[in-house]
Order: sequence, then structure tokens, then C-alpha cells
Amino acid sequence: MTTMSVGDPILEINGLETHFFTRDGVVKAVDGVDLTVGKGEILGLVGESGCGKSVTSMSVLRLIQNPGEIVGGSIRFHGEDLLHVSEKEMRAIRGDRISMIFQQPVGSLNPVFTAGSQISEVYEIHEGLKKKEGYARAVEMLRKVGIPDPEQRIKAYPHELSGGMAQRVMIAMALAAGPELLIADEPTTALDVTIQAQIIDLMREIRNDLGTSIIVITHDLGIVAEIADRVAVMYAGEIVEEADTKTLFAEPKHPYTRGLIGSIPLAGDRREWLDVIPGRVPNLIDLPGGCRFAPRCRAREEAGLTMCTEQRPELTGVNGEHTVRCFLYQEGAK
Amino acid sequence: MSEQDPHDQPLDNMEASDGIRDEVRMDLSGGDVSATTAGGLWGTAGREIIRKKSAIVGMGMLSILLLLAAFAPIIAPYPPNEVLFDEGVSPRDPPCVHLFGCDEDTPQHILGIDGNGRDYFSRIVYGSRVSLLAAFAAVLFAVVWGTMVGLIAGFFGGWVDNVLMRVMDVLLSFPSLLLAIVVVTVLGPGLINAILAIAIVTIPQYARIVRSSVLSIREQEYVSADQALGVSRWRLLAHRIFPNTLTPLIVIATLGVATAVLEIASLSFLGLGIQPPTAEWGSMLAAERNQVFTAPHLVFFAGLMIMWNVLGFNLLGDGLRDAIDPRLGR
Repeated sequence: MTTMSVGDPILEINGLETHFFTRDGVVKAVDGVDLTVGKGEILGLVGESGCGKSVTSMSVLRLIQNPGEIVGGSIRFHGEDLLHVSEKEMRAIRGDRISMIFQQPVGSLNPVFTAGSQISEVYEIHEGLKKKEGYARAVEMLRKVGIPDPEQRIKAYPHELSGGMAQRVMIAMALAAGPELLIADEPTTALDVTIQAQIIDLMREIRNDLGTSIIVITHDLGIVAEIADRVAVMYAGEIVEEADTKTLFAEPKHPYTRGLIGSIPLAGDRREWLDVIPGRVPNLIDLPGGCRFAPRCRAREEAGLTMCTEQRPELTGVNGEHTVRCFLYQEGAK
Repeated sequence: MSEQDPHDQPLDNMEASDGIRDEVRMDLSGGDVSATTAGGLWGTAGREIIRKKSAIVGMGMLSILLLLAAFAPIIAPYPPNEVLFDEGVSPRDPPCVHLFGCDEDTPQHILGIDGNGRDYFSRIVYGSRVSLLAAFAAVLFAVVWGTMVGLIAGFFGGWVDNVLMRVMDVLLSFPSLLLAIVVVTVLGPGLINAILAIAIVTIPQYARIVRSSVLSIREQEYVSADQALGVSRWRLLAHRIFPNTLTPLIVIATLGVATAVLEIASLSFLGLGIQPPTAEWGSMLAAERNQVFTAPHLVFFAGLMIMWNVLGFNLLGDGLRDAIDPRLGR
């Protein structure tokens, strides 16, 4: 199996709570998330829009803007709690040891600078290189991420690059300083399918060649199936299921995960109905009292469980590393 | 790609699709090249400007003015302040051009003589220097300060924004010429003070433009991306956000020069700006305004030059806006 070669954890998130204090109330975007990423591991973080996956990643980099605030938990990077380091130390970590790529590749590049100057700036900031040396390294980096003719492409402005090219440039920027952890927030969502496949390949190569740990945040289970060693499924600000990729797709436990997998259309397979999860994501200000998925859960009704709407289930192990937050798998559930 | 690595195929069905994908990649790396090589951002703007007739006309008008200003000592037949009574002229002589049938015996003064016996053409030519210089200086001063205020207000927000922008609102609430007159009255008349007055009056205009740009740029994904790469706040502001505010700023500043030309002339006309005997169009107008019926050439040409200057900058500014702003035209 793929998870075998994964090394010691480099990132451990424990009980992370990030809340947004809006006029309408407190939005509990991330509410008690535990995650671990091992060295050289690719972790998939899956969930619908608004379930808190991006907020989790922004919390890791401590880039939560007003009115958001990290109110609890710890984020240990090599054992050091990132929530307690100074802003200056944090800045030295960002881009150098933990870096991030975003959903909109073209929008993530500054329109008034060339690709080269943006990559070389990372070297200037983190390694104190001169502009000229930075450029030379930038050319190397562009070649590494598979951009043909990097000497020419380095002079291109973002609007002159296609989406796939821009995402490669973005990845080059994120990798420039040789980070140990790369957070990819919906890295392929804005791209064509063929380009998506290339970017996925590229990320896998990066992990294999450089040993970089990667967190891939996506709503696309297909991408997770292709790239991730382990998957965490998020729902309404919490992790509801976590397992290695193969197990998760073979034996999804949580009704939400089962619903997600059931709603993927298969190429070439024509079905009358795709499985859908009824209802919609709960309002994060006014969360249901018990299990957050209970109002949409059919399995609960079929099993005749009543405690779901009253008590909050804990993440419990069902089979080795496979954990799930659901009463269906707990002894003595009513 | 390393094939033996177990990470490479996290799921069993990967193997078949990988080969296909490599082919796709090879195809795309050839075709996926949409870069237009020449020029970049400013190159595109440059080409766009050349297509705008108004910008070309404006640039033409301004080039003539710039040439006049640069080569004034060569173009002007007399020093601007030399009184020529000794050479047989009388006050407010009408223009005399030998080519157009003026008596060969009278000395040639193509725009005539002013009330103090000076060659009017020479004064008009030298006046372009003062006018351009003062207007550019005023705009430069205002742009620098306005940009700083706008950047800081927009980027830091909160009470900093509130305090700075309320001060700007107070400045904006006065009619600009009135405020300029107040400033000059306090500081005293003169070239430098007139420039300062006009600059101070226009600072809020630039501050507002820059602030609104910053507010929208701040929310762009590339700013988050830069933060995620560990770029510090000041560097973000100076190296990332500021260059993105330049486009609207350049357009507004060009149009602002036109206004500044007019205001310098107005202040001088009122006797608060550039003081006689310095050749300046506004004060030249003021000096001869009572002779508008007896010696109309002494008002007409100074007025014409002011109009020429303002029109030139307005046309260029409009053309620039159309060329740079992708939301208009195209």
C-alpha cells in the first residue's frame, strides 16, 4: 500500500477552531479539526464548498483575516506550535517551509510582474539572493515544473499564460524555497480536464522527487482518488471520516462519504438517477445540536437511531487507522 | 516520472491512463503556448494609444509646446523682459509680419508689442516654460502625497483610513480655486507657493483614486498568494499593490496637469501666482485685460496658449484612459 513509506508527522493539527465573528453571529467555520500529515505524504481534504477546508488551510498559515480568528487548538509544525510564534517568524515560515497554491492560477499571479520576477522574488525574500541569481534559479524551477522553453516563458506576464501554464508558474513559486509542506487549495478546479491530469502528475512527481508533503484540498473525489495517500472528509467544520484512500473508496463508512462517492457520475456509465444527498449544508452559525449531518442522513432513519439529533458523535476508530464520526458504528447506539 | 515508486500509482487503475496522459502532455506543451512575446503590459498600452486619434492630436499639441519651452532662447527673437522702446516701437503695437505685407520699415514683431514695450511673441514662448514647469511640479507633488495617503488609508483601513480620508474630505469640500487662494494668501504669492497651493488642493483627488484601487487589489487572490509566500506587509504594499494602482493614477494625473495649468494661470491672473515681470500667460492676460478692445492680440494669444495647453493634456489623458483601461472601449 501507498501509505507505508510515509515518515514521521511534520504537521499535527489538534482541536483547531477558527471562528468568524460576523454581525449575524459566530460562524464556526472550523470547529475542532484534528489532522496529521506525515513526511512525504499526500493528504486529501475533501468536502462541499463552505465546509471549512480552505479555512483550515489558511489557519495553518495563520492568514485568517478579520473578522475571523483562530480561537482554539494547536497547529504543530515539527513539534512547534505555529499559533504561538511571532508574526515575523511566521512570515519566515510562509513560502519557505510551508507554501500554498490557489484555485485561480492566473488570478494568483500579480498582473504587473513577469512570471520570472515573481518567482525570483521568493528567492530574494527567503534566501537573500540578488535579482540576477534569483532569475537563474527561477528558470531552473520553471524547467522542473515542466514549462517548455523556460528562458522565454520567464519573461511572460500572467495574462500571456494559459491556465495550466499559470498553475505551473504558481507551483514553481510555491516550491521555489523548497518547502516541506505544500498546501494546494483546489489546485485543478479552474483547469481543463487534460491540464488537471498534468497538474496532478506534477504534484505526484514533486512528492516523489522532493519528498514534499502535500495537502490537497478539493471537492473533487476523483482527484483525491488519483493523488492522495490518505483522505479526510470534512463536513460543516469538522472531520467526519478519515482513512487511507483505498479503504475510503472501498468501504466508505460515514453516510456523508457514501453519499459523496455515490454522487460521482462515472464516464460511460449511464444511470437513471445519480445518488444525491438530500438537503443542504447546515448554516454554520446555527448548527444542529447533535450530529451535524443528522438532518440530511437517511442511514440514521433506516437504522432507527434517535440519539443523532441529541448527541454529537466523536471520531472513533472502526478498523485500524480508519476513523469515522457516526453513531452507526458505535456500540450501544440508540 | 519514476515508475518504481509506489506513490506513483495510488490506485490500481492508474496504470492504463498514464500512458495516454503522457501523449497528451507532449501535444499540449507544444500547443499550450499563448504568450505574445512583445512588450508586456506597457507595450500593449503603447500600441493602443497610437490607435487613438485624440491621444495622437494631444501628443502633437504638447510636443509643440514642449519644443517651444525647451528651445525658448532660440525660438524667441528677444529676451522676454527686454523693453524695446529704443528700437522704435510704441506700447501695444499690433502684430507686424513682413511676409503678410507689413511695412518693411517697421521692425518685425509677429505678435506685436505689449504695454511695456516688450516683444509679445517672446513672452508667449517663455511663458510656456513657466506654465509647464509649474503644472508638472504641482501634479507631481500632489501625486506623491496623494498616493501615500491613499495607500496607507486603503491598506491599513480602520481608524487610520477614517482619519486620513476625513481630512481629505475636508480639503475636497472647498472649491479648489478658493482653497488655493486661501493657501496663497497665507503663504504669500509667488511661483513656489502657487505650486504648493494647487498641489495641496488636488491631493485628495489622488488619495481617493489610489485608496479605491488598493481596496479592490487587497482582495485579489495574488495578494493572498503573496502573503502565503511570506511577503511582508510593507513589501506587499510597495512592491505588489502600488504598481497595480499606477494605471488609473497615470490617467488622472495627465488630466490633472490640464487642471493645474488652468489653476496656475488663474492664480497668476488674480495676482497671487507668478509675479510680473516673469512671462506667464495668466499674468500677461491680467495685465492687458483692459485693452481687450484696443489691442485684442495681447489677450487673444495668451488665452489661446492656455487653451492649447489644457486641450493637449485633456486629449492625451482621454486617449490614455481609453488605451489603458480595458473596461472602456476596445
